[in-house]
Amino acid sequence: MSMQTAPSNAAGLRRDERLERLTLFGLSSPAILLILVVLVIPVGWLFYVSFIGANGQFSLENYERMISRRSYLRIFVTTFQVSLLTTGLCILIGYPFAYFMSQLPSRLANLCLITVLLPFWTSLLVRTYAWLVLLQKQGLINNWAISLGLWDEPLKIVHNMTGTLIGMVHIMLPFLILPVYGAMKAIDRDYLKAAANLGASPRVAFWTVFFPLTAPGLFAGALMVFILCLGFFVTPAVLGGGKVIMVSMQIVSNIELFVNWGAASALGVVLLVLTVAILWVASRFLNLDRMTGGGH
Amino acid sequence: MTIKAAEALPISVRNVTKTYGAVHALDDVSLEVKSGEFLTLLGPSGSGKTTLLMVLAGFTRPDCGSLTFGDREVIRTPPHLREVGMTFQSYALFPHMTVAGNVGYPLRLRKRPKAEIAERVERALETVQLGGYGDRRVDQLSGGQKQRVAVARAIVFEPRILLMDEPLSALDKKLRDQMQIELRHLHEQLGMTTVYVTHDQREALTMSDRIAVVNHGRIMQLSTPRDLYEHPANRFVADFIGDSTFLTVSRVGRDVTFGGVPLIHAGPLPDTPDLQLMIRPERIVLSPDGPRDGANNFAATATDVVYQGDSYLLHARLDTGEMVALRGAVRGSNATSLPRLGDRVTLTLAPEDTVLIDGSQT
Repeated sequence: MSMQTAPSNAAGLRRDERLERLTLFGLSSPAILLILVVLVIPVGWLFYVSFIGANGQFSLENYERMISRRSYLRIFVTTFQVSLLTTGLCILIGYPFAYFMSQLPSRLANLCLITVLLPFWTSLLVRTYAWLVLLQKQGLINNWAISLGLWDEPLKIVHNMTGTLIGMVHIMLPFLILPVYGAMKAIDRDYLKAAANLGASPRVAFWTVFFPLTAPGLFAGALMVFILCLGFFVTPAVLGGGKVIMVSMQIVSNIELFVNWGAASALGVVLLVLTVAILWVASRFLNLDRMTGGGH
Repeated sequence: MTIKAAEALPISVRNVTKTYGAVHALDDVSLEVKSGEFLTLLGPSGSGKTTLLMVLAGFTRPDCGSLTFGDREVIRTPPHLREVGMTFQSYALFPHMTVAGNVGYPLRLRKRPKAEIAERVERALETVQLGGYGDRRVDQLSGGQKQRVAVARAIVFEPRILLMDEPLSALDKKLRDQMQIELRHLHEQLGMTTVYVTHDQREALTMSDRIAVVNHGRIMQLSTPRDLYEHPANRFVADFIGDSTFLTVSRVGRDVTFGGVPLIHAGPLPDTPDLQLMIRPERIVLSPDGPRDGANNFAATATDVVYQGDSYLLHARLDTGEMVALRGAVRGSNATSLPRLGDRVTLTLAPEDTVLIDGSQT
């Protein structure tokens, strides 16, 4: 009996299913279009331009130049150096700060969170120039330190690697602190109680339970900081004083000084490929989806 | 092979007080837990039972008082040096470790050799009937299995005292009933002094050697399950353990009357201005042939009859105005002849079931 009614009914259900899929596709088409226009086409264009030589023909010269010239190698080394040092310093400062915050009563913790977020919401350019004011030869820090007798000669703490790192760390810290703080707040206090009950001193409980549970958050934050550093421009340009040349700055000078779009594009492609490669390697070790809060 | 019985330790709590602002979470509590005893702290939420357990575990520092395990004073000993096993309401299994990693954790902290750890972990898992589960991830376990792993982790280092904080509250009823029996057997097998916290009176009655009923940071009554049920110290205890109806009675000397009618009673008579008659619904019976001699009889009208399969629940209004609940067994012989709404009934209470208690709530 059911065999007789099934066919007509099933066709209707299949039609509903198709219609539903079509509707879903229709609803997501603006998003797909947007990604196509602002991401896929420009990136494709970037790739295309990077393979066009000075004579307007297809050529690999933009990539060959990167391999043959030592200055390019130095730029990549500097970029990785700045990124790694910034990430390392962010971990050293950010993790203890996030831990401190996670242990505070919620009112104080929120206050601390605002001190983290407030600079985060301030313009990057403003913060970078503020550091210039603070760090320069006749700046606040040097003047105060000398008048307090901490050191005699003005220290060179800007227009070099030191200045760049100070600025970069300040700007990147929230990207590390926020995911780490989130991971710490998500830890059930009972885990630490259980560890203590089973015989772990506070120090042992921290290293065997608390730290491993925050490691995914720390890794997510560190990865975010590192990748953002790789393509960073404003801070090293202003605080580096021309001594710290990163990939992004070379891209700018390729366009502004040499009007060589091909060379600039090739650098952009290499940076993009490196970033994707790092994310891919990272995803082999950890669930990126979970780190960015995308799943459970 | 399972874990062997450890030598148990008695626990002695003396004059422990803990205040949070003006609130007394624990109000001068003293309690002796005998060696190897299964003692339950029973009370409503906020009664102080969990605070007391946290004082035993060392997570809550009381304002004053003394706590000894055996003859060792531990009130100032930090939790990690107390050597007591504990299970948590949330299980608190470390999510970054396997089952074996969790159970072996206390042994690794004690720097036991690898081979010994592996062997003892497996033994502990076998004790809770989870032999071979060592390699599982914690999030692959069901609620009941997590609870067993938590128990295995708490007993693997052979502590002489075991604390359990509402360990079964997250399980469904059937599993909870089964685990109650299992934990009870485990206790008989291991013999550790066990302090168990629950708000479930049936669970407390099922499992405990003795029950301490806690309210407002004080122990209302500490006694065996039977004594607690039969002779509650006051109305709070009577109300919390079992469903009861309470009738205010008047008293002259040893003579007690309800609604002008003398009550025949056998038990002790508490010395209180607020004397009440406690009627357990399963102790009062329907008397189909009218008032019975030598017992207390109440004329009433049935206001509600609920058929519940294994029993029926009758609510009746006494002629004096009070409501009384009665629970009776359903048998083939009476299934069709249960009282109906509005029927006149006679309720009878035997003298030994006529329990008079102190009507105070605290």
